[in-house]
Amino acid sequence: MAAHSATVAPVAPIRRESTLLQLLRNRQGLIWLSYLVLLVAVALLAPTLALYDVNVTDLAATNAKPFTPGHPLGGDGAGYDIYSRLIWGSRQTLIAVLIVVSVSAAIGATSGLVAGFYRGIFETAASFVSDAIMSLPGVVLLIALYAVTGPNLPAAMGVFGVIVAPTYYRLVRSIVITVRKELYIDAARVSGLSDLRIVGRHVLWAVRAPIIIHSSFIMAAGIGIESGVSFIGLGNPAAASWGTTLQRSFNGIYNNPWGVVWPSLLISITILAFVLLGNVLSDVLQSSSRNKVLSARQRRSVIARSAAVIGEVATAEPSKDSILSIRGLRIGYLTPDGEVREVVHGVDFDLRRGEIHGLVGESGSGKSQIAFATLGILPREALVLDGSVFLNGEDLMADPRKMRAARGRRIAYIPQEPMSNLDPSFTVGAQLIYGLCAVRPMSRPEAREILLALLQRVGIKDPERVMKMYPHEISGGMAQRVLICGAVASEPDIIVADEPTTALDVTVQAEVLDLLRELSEERGLAMILVTHNLGVVADLCHTVTVMKDGRFVENAGVEQIFDSPSDPYTVELLRSSRSVELMEIAS
Amino acid sequence: MTPPLLSLKDLVVGFPTRGGHTNVIRGVNFDLAPGETLGMVGESGSGKTTIGRAILGLAPVRGGSISFRGRLISNISRAERRSLAGDIQAVFQDPYSSLNPAMTVESILVEPLAAAGVEEGTARVRELLDAVGLPSDAGSRYPREFSGGQRQRIAIARALALRPSVIVCDEPTSALDVSTQATVLKLFRDLQQATGVAYIFISHDLGVVSNISDRIAVLYQGEIMEIGEAAQVTAEPRHPYTKRLQLAAPLADPRKQRARRLQRQALAKAG
Repeated sequence: MAAHSATVAPVAPIRRESTLLQLLRNRQGLIWLSYLVLLVAVALLAPTLALYDVNVTDLAATNAKPFTPGHPLGGDGAGYDIYSRLIWGSRQTLIAVLIVVSVSAAIGATSGLVAGFYRGIFETAASFVSDAIMSLPGVVLLIALYAVTGPNLPAAMGVFGVIVAPTYYRLVRSIVITVRKELYIDAARVSGLSDLRIVGRHVLWAVRAPIIIHSSFIMAAGIGIESGVSFIGLGNPAAASWGTTLQRSFNGIYNNPWGVVWPSLLISITILAFVLLGNVLSDVLQSSSRNKVLSARQRRSVIARSAAVIGEVATAEPSKDSILSIRGLRIGYLTPDGEVREVVHGVDFDLRRGEIHGLVGESGSGKSQIAFATLGILPREALVLDGSVFLNGEDLMADPRKMRAARGRRIAYIPQEPMSNLDPSFTVGAQLIYGLCAVRPMSRPEAREILLALLQRVGIKDPERVMKMYPHEISGGMAQRVLICGAVASEPDIIVADEPTTALDVTVQAEVLDLLRELSEERGLAMILVTHNLGVVADLCHTVTVMKDGRFVENAGVEQIFDSPSDPYTVELLRSSRSVELMEIAS
Repeated sequence: MTPPLLSLKDLVVGFPTRGGHTNVIRGVNFDLAPGETLGMVGESGSGKTTIGRAILGLAPVRGGSISFRGRLISNISRAERRSLAGDIQAVFQDPYSSLNPAMTVESILVEPLAAAGVEEGTARVRELLDAVGLPSDAGSRYPREFSGGQRQRIAIARALALRPSVIVCDEPTSALDVSTQATVLKLFRDLQQATGVAYIFISHDLGVVSNISDRIAVLYQGEIMEIGEAAQVTAEPRHPYTKRLQLAAPLADPRKQRARRLQRQALAKAG
């Protein structure tokens, strides 16, 4: 068999931390997890920790104040030691919580898995049952249950588990429906895996984290319900629980107000522990991005540190005959270990009026970063380490107000994904008019007239009708024409187009490229065209810059680049691109 | 002539919609010979991906038939479909979502072997990694540690694991950079030479398809416009739609592209 090891770059292994370790590193996670571990230990060691047995009363301790010898938290109206009752009560609380979580997770998560994976009749039936249960008044149901079974905490908690099961069902079902569409599920099916194995290996993994997080909130609710049920007298008066302790102390609140404080505090802190632990868990298990947004001060210090490494760079002047000049632009991102990773290494760039300049490179070359920097729309975690963007000789990078004034007015933008750049809840006409009125002072009817004419110009046959349509009603090609119309409506000097035809079919791409060329010629528009497609560059651009790893490797007129590329990387790109091209066509 | 490996007859694929069905594939016929590469090219909505999914049993066949080595495989039970895993495999478009991020490369590659009850295990994994040009220590790492091109190699290794006779490749290079695309296409060709596997190679890019295919089918709105030898379809297209597709693909050469553009614009004006 053939080997291609030479083409594969070595990959650095990524250190992987276990979830538990990440949880313990988080200060809140550590505090609340320790608290809960302590609580479990207390429940297990109750016989040694409690000063008295569960049902021991001491008449001398009736309504005793806190810190009475032998009764550290005082006593209640019946002479029970509050401290011992709370210690014993933690057992019942934990058992109650476990019952709620296991019943609701078992019913809800299992039915959610099956409903989401197989859909069909089971899903319809299960969703109906789930909606029906959710419409039941839970606490009323528990009170009614008491009338039937008497004080029976496990039964009450089991029923409460059934009542909250729909929350698991809904959560799991909606995740499974999404996961089911992932290609790795299709791949597993094609690999010959049985449904049971697909669910066990692939689907369960995806729902694991949300179930854990949700369980933490359900446990908090379980404590609240257990205490509440006991408090209103539906618990077993013979057994110790936080709720019954609270109730007894409450009955004697005028004799010993302190008695109410301890159980209330314990219940509140424990509920808080579960809720906050749930939040920490969701941060740890579902962290999507490791890039942090820095404060202005941190930003300045990082930039200063990186400048110290680079040393003094000669102050650059903008070119006289260019409409846009970029000088010494360096962009970086902060890595998790606090280092700055530079993705654009000090580039210089000039754009003349009416020039269409192609910025070519592969993914990660930094071409889009330059486009975004020109528009001042870099992601928030990006750091502009150095450099200037001059528009007609004025540095936009130095003054955010100038950047804002130029954006959309002097420099317009055409994005890669036309659909995600239109707001689905407004008609095409409404968002075009809103956009135009925002950058040019005019009335809405005036804006409408201008846009109707422009829509016609960008090749939309029935502009009146299209203006009344919502984005989902038009095709991708039409959406891109609408965005081009919106970009040129403010009569800018420069358009930054980021892969404007990548999402389009090839026949539509050809038409959109024709349109961009014509608009540039008619209006003397300069354009920065960011693309990975050398064919698109050859079709549209006058000048080309080839980028690799954040640097410009070659910059020349389009014919020179394609006829006699000087850099080996350009040669390689051209060779790869031409290897999948249809050169000869009989006419 | 050798009997076909895969044979599609009057294939109709449809999806339920409000108040009925919409057929997205409307009567498609073709045969695939052993060791052959059939390219399927078309624009979005042409149904090229749906045909691939129907062959894999992932899309509902509403009419016509698909047979593999003379055995009917459309609308068979899930258990019967599982027995086909050793014969028909797939490489999907997106190498990011086609690999489960929680599994190591080794467990991804072992999965089809285990499901088929093959006992080769790690030895076969090393063989597969070597075949697709990945280092042998790649097995213990996770998919996110690899680049797009390397991930696609992992997906190809998974497809090869059970030594299939057909692999359905659905836009396997569309998400890759041009230079990576060229090396992955070469890998596909080398593997075909070494193993004699047949490909159904689906792409929106006529250039990519012509680079790898023996024959090409051009699809438009669920029907085949033209099917023939790759050289014929790309150099002397018979159907006007193929011609349009061709002329719309830009060339990486400004002068030739200018000529092609004028040709395209002239054709558009005439039509």
